[in-house]
Amino acid sequence: MTNEELKIKLTELNPAATFEEGGEWLNLFIDAADLLSFTKTIKENSELYFDYLFCLTCVDWKTHLTMVYHFSSTKHRHNIVVKVKLDRTNPEIETLSFLWRTAEFHEREVYELFGVKFLNHPDLRRLILTDDFEGWPLRKDFEDPINMIKL
Amino acid sequence: MFRQTEIINQPSTIPPSKEEGEYLTINVGPQHPATHGVLHLVITLSGETIINIEPHLGYIHRSIEKMCESLSYRQFIYVTSRMDYLSSHINNHACALVVEKGLQVEVPQRAQYIRVIMDELTRIASHSLWWGAMAMDLGAFTPFFHAFREREAINEIMEETCGARLTMNYMVPGGVMVDLHPNFQQKTKALIQAYYNRLDEWDELVTGNIIFQNRMKGVGMLSAENAISYGCTGPVARGSGVSCDVRKIYPYEIYNQLQFDEILETGCDSLARYNVRLKEIRQSLKIVEQLIDNIPEGEFQAKTKAVLKLPKGEFYQRVETARGELGVYIVSEGGTTPYRIKFRSPGFSNLSALNHMVKGSKIGDLIAAMGTLDLVIPDIDR
Amino acid sequence: MISLEKIATLIDGWLHQHFNDVITLLIECVLVGVGAIALFALLGLGLVWMERKVAALMQIRMGPNRVGPKGIFQTSADTLKLIMKEGLTPDGADKLLFNLAPVLVIIVAMLILAPIAFAKNFQIWDINIGVLYVSAVSSMSVIGILMAGWSSGNKYALLGAMRSGAQIVSYELSAGISVLTIVVLTGSLQISEIVQSQQTGWWIFKGHIPAIIAFVIFIIAATAETNRAPFDLAEAESELTAGFHTEYSGMKFALFFLAEYINIFIVCAIGATLFLGGWMPLHIGNVQAFNHAMDYIPSSIWFLGKTLFLIFVIMWFRWTFPRLRVDQLLNLEWKYLLPISLVNLLVMTVIAILGWHL
Repeated sequence: MTNEELKIKLTELNPAATFEEGGEWLNLFIDAADLLSFTKTIKENSELYFDYLFCLTCVDWKTHLTMVYHFSSTKHRHNIVVKVKLDRTNPEIETLSFLWRTAEFHEREVYELFGVKFLNHPDLRRLILTDDFEGWPLRKDFEDPINMIKL
Repeated sequence: MFRQTEIINQPSTIPPSKEEGEYLTINVGPQHPATHGVLHLVITLSGETIINIEPHLGYIHRSIEKMCESLSYRQFIYVTSRMDYLSSHINNHACALVVEKGLQVEVPQRAQYIRVIMDELTRIASHSLWWGAMAMDLGAFTPFFHAFREREAINEIMEETCGARLTMNYMVPGGVMVDLHPNFQQKTKALIQAYYNRLDEWDELVTGNIIFQNRMKGVGMLSAENAISYGCTGPVARGSGVSCDVRKIYPYEIYNQLQFDEILETGCDSLARYNVRLKEIRQSLKIVEQLIDNIPEGEFQAKTKAVLKLPKGEFYQRVETARGELGVYIVSEGGTTPYRIKFRSPGFSNLSALNHMVKGSKIGDLIAAMGTLDLVIPDIDR
Repeated sequence: MISLEKIATLIDGWLHQHFNDVITLLIECVLVGVGAIALFALLGLGLVWMERKVAALMQIRMGPNRVGPKGIFQTSADTLKLIMKEGLTPDGADKLLFNLAPVLVIIVAMLILAPIAFAKNFQIWDINIGVLYVSAVSSMSVIGILMAGWSSGNKYALLGAMRSGAQIVSYELSAGISVLTIVVLTGSLQISEIVQSQQTGWWIFKGHIPAIIAFVIFIIAATAETNRAPFDLAEAESELTAGFHTEYSGMKFALFFLAEYINIFIVCAIGATLFLGGWMPLHIGNVQAFNHAMDYIPSSIWFLGKTLFLIFVIMWFRWTFPRLRVDQLLNLEWKYLLPISLVNLLVMTVIAILGWHL
């Protein structure tokens, strides 16, 4: 499906979604509460069939965090980007690791680098950093006087 | 409420809930001959049988993503050579492509040809090294030396043109850094011919061996459904019959004009992944053969500004490295440095499937299965 | 012509002239002991060098070539390094057993040396149950390995030792049975008699197909018993780092290393004795001219040549084959080698009763 067709289809599924223009792929923002049901639908819908979560990351916008999910379909070969805005002080979102198991590791990575808490995650522990590490390194306000060199 | 039905089987890293004393926990790594780097696996064993595997990462994490936020669009490419150091050309390529995508630069034909040739040579070198290391993991030392001899020839060719043997930093936004060395074509042609013979030799030495076949067959099963669910790409997914070759599906550069096959095996086991890689070497040789005589004359680099500024927006570029799909995701605020950069590394996703693949098999199978994942630890840790 | 037998008789005669019987025996014991240890050291150094050169040959590289001509003193330099190193005993280890294990392993290897016939009438102890003695004593080495693995207090070592235990106990069976097939032919357990019985031709030629099968099984089992690739599961570098000797360093490690090579030498010597005629030159039936010509080559050269050939074969295995998995290893023994060797023994018994082997 082309981006236009996807847009129509996805609006039907989630009328609350807002779209962002200009990218190579269709970008849409949804509510954190809708994430689980929405992604489940787009995974199982045979016309969309987004079975492949190929990238999961987070962006710190200083005022809020944005979770970015890149989906692709191995059957139809189309891609979308789903984004969810999160509160910066207490970011919480449902895990997708029961739908896409690759999310389990990627969410652990996002958890320790951005501090996003994934609800119902099977094993939300630090993956890379030591257990006693303080702070969320990939956030923009992270300071490490020893290891970071300001250019 | 629907979550219960969605569980394909138990999520992978739930620790076993048996009483203590029944199981043996051993640390494979961070220094271990089979992990090829500083990967740390905590393995729970019952006798020789693996109950659970829990990867601990971060021993070589350099936070490249954070570093890149303070590097300009020309500089950050050099850091990416240090991710998957065995396919540094392809990492550089991905970064160059994403910057070009943002700048809307047209890359000269000659540069495109050179880039593809370099990519494929890198893939051959990487797969060769993997082949030797794989055999060494299984206890056969000799193939490693044979593989290294062939890889050395490629390294020499690279050295002449790029000036480096491992971290190439040859691809820059707009093209390639310098033109090809005069010897390049002649040496590469000789290499291709030698390689075809070598591959037959390799098959005789390792592939046909009955012990090898028994070690690989039915080991580390990964169904197509699970391969997709775990986000596996590259030879790992193609060994399970999942068509995922970025060069075919989302072609970049001149890949859509080339004749080559996407290798798919349906064995889902280690042997299938092994066969995929060996056949891929032949396909890569075929690609290089097609290009090497037809490199067009002309510029090797497009004219770009000294200071690159990407427009505000988001750019994503995927390429096929030797290990799978590498994605570079850049969020730009219009400045000279990326606002946020994310590398979607193939090894990270492939590693997450390891526990599922080897649970319930023997320690020897763990080594055989891990070998076919072709893990490069700096690629996982970044 | 000087032969080892003549030298031995000369020394014996000289001692008898000068001393009484008891002192002569004592001096000879000391001489034999020193000789055995010297042989040990020589074998260790020589075989390690040989292994490196064989490996280099197969791996398209040079091998050691700096210390001495063709690098023959490389192993001596390595041994010197190992001696200088600190022999570390880990805190969590069972100190007594940890230090005893390498000694036990090397003692076992030394004991089996006794009944081996190095040349014509040149043997430390021509015991009348020689073959039985070798099988009995060689199975002791597993105790040393289990001790090393257990006392190290290391999980890799423990796993390696357990693997080794399972492996050696299993492969002892088919090794023993393939030895028995030759004993059935000779009707004697004495090494000198077994060699003598091959005067008209080696058993591998005279014993028809069962002898060849027994030989192949013996080589496989011998490789497994010495923990060599493709059966090196007890060490299994890529799986268990170094297996049962993970925690050993310095001279204690060197003892394990040495014992491995001595064991290879011994199993190959046994194989050469049983199947390839030991020190017996190549004889073809009653073709006297040919037999006499062959007799001109000293018997010690024949013995060493055959043994080194078998050692080369075992090294060749190591540098070519991948390692088996632990369940495949046991399957191979219990499901294939053992039944085959049992049937083979039966066939050989029929041959012996019918007298076809003569």
